[in-house]
Amino acid sequence: MAAVLEGGFKDAPRDASHAFRGLMTAMARPGTCVDVAGAVPPAPLSVAAGVVLLTLCDPDTPVYLAGAFDCDDVRTWLAFHTGAPISTAQTCAFALGSWDDLNPLEAYPVGTAQYPDRSATLIVERQSLVPSGVTLTGPGIERQAALNLPDPAALAANHRLFPLGLDFIFTAGSQVAALPRSTRIG
Amino acid sequence: MTDQSYNFAYLDEQTKRMIRRAILKGLAIPGYQVPFASREMPMPYGWGTGGVQVSAAVLTPEDTMKVIDQGADDTTNAVSIRKFFERTAGVDTTTATSEASVIQTRHRIPEEPLHEDQILVYQVPIPEPLRFLEPRETETRKMHALEEYGLMHVKLYEDISRHGHIATSYAYPVKVEGRYVMDPSPIPKFDNPKMEMPAIQLFGAGREQRIYALPPWTKVVSLDFDDHPFEASKADHCCALCGANDSYLDEVITDDAGGRMFICSDTDYCEGRRAAGHRGPLNAEAAE
Repeated sequence: MAAVLEGGFKDAPRDASHAFRGLMTAMARPGTCVDVAGAVPPAPLSVAAGVVLLTLCDPDTPVYLAGAFDCDDVRTWLAFHTGAPISTAQTCAFALGSWDDLNPLEAYPVGTAQYPDRSATLIVERQSLVPSGVTLTGPGIERQAALNLPDPAALAANHRLFPLGLDFIFTAGSQVAALPRSTRIG
Repeated sequence: MTDQSYNFAYLDEQTKRMIRRAILKGLAIPGYQVPFASREMPMPYGWGTGGVQVSAAVLTPEDTMKVIDQGADDTTNAVSIRKFFERTAGVDTTTATSEASVIQTRHRIPEEPLHEDQILVYQVPIPEPLRFLEPRETETRKMHALEEYGLMHVKLYEDISRHGHIATSYAYPVKVEGRYVMDPSPIPKFDNPKMEMPAIQLFGAGREQRIYALPPWTKVVSLDFDDHPFEASKADHCCALCGANDSYLDEVITDDAGGRMFICSDTDYCEGRRAAGHRGPLNAEAAE
């Protein structure tokens, strides 16, 4: 039980401000890998995923836990530190899991034509983040960037929904990278 | 020194999380206005309540902040917002564009090109570019959803039919990444071409409760016509103090007999040039 109480931000306002600067940099510059710190979440959560949850989630944001991440340790840690309600894929604001567990992407809200912001952000736990692989272009990228993406075809299909669509935050260890719906793939 | 009676950067953490989520959505959908639950701030609407909330959500303790109002660092609005964050966030402040990591601006983009590690936060009075053409929010939402921007072109066309050229000189509408028409806030159209820049641009409208954003290098095109191309215009003079020909100028009335002079609107740029030895027509005479 004690472990549940541990692992949050030591100094919430300052830790969260640093974490958000990292997250914003990642989202504004797709393909950029950013180091974040401040959270020590229970397994199987990575440090980066813990930081993302602490920075963005609260009682206003339903969170969907997929696969192995839907366990007691994560549920209680998330409940104590953020107060975020657990929800289904169809109604979530944030979803957390491995790529395979999070699929199919059709399950998540992609926003409406008038409110494309009412869409889910998927936090995808990865083995590693490498700035090579699939070529990325679009807003936030001067010429081109690259990132090891799990399923380029599915992510390209997500981009075709623009301005609707899902936004992705990839986490591995203490690193974060992001792929907003606006990014062209390949 | 941070005033310990306040949370870091004034806002409570839940408010900051809400604003931060809106900023991320805004960055993911460039040019789209994300609704957010704007808070009452300790300053009146119209004084930058939106910009202040966005700045509070992005500031870190290590940041150096610059605040400008129409290009000037020393006006009431700029000074009070700078003091506000000195007191509530304990951040360093500066007037030098190159030294700032977060720049909050009211209606100007600094003359000096911004670099990658900077964030430009705009104060926005009316975020909806179509508002004066269609007052109903329900309708303008639909128009954005359907990419129905013909009305905006009609407005620009009416400018041409009435004045012979596009007379809109500030808050000149732009199209972002070929999708959303966006109000760049009331910056002079001289600044529009600068919006494709390496820095992150965030827009906050407090009273209207909207946040929108441009990631670096986002394609921003000022609306125009083939036979009336967009022109980034400025007063056809040089700065009376520093002699700059390439900066945006303010007209200053000097007497009641038609006397006037033009000076740089960006005070930091003008001071930097004067420190480097540049002289305009007014100073040249004084120096001799």
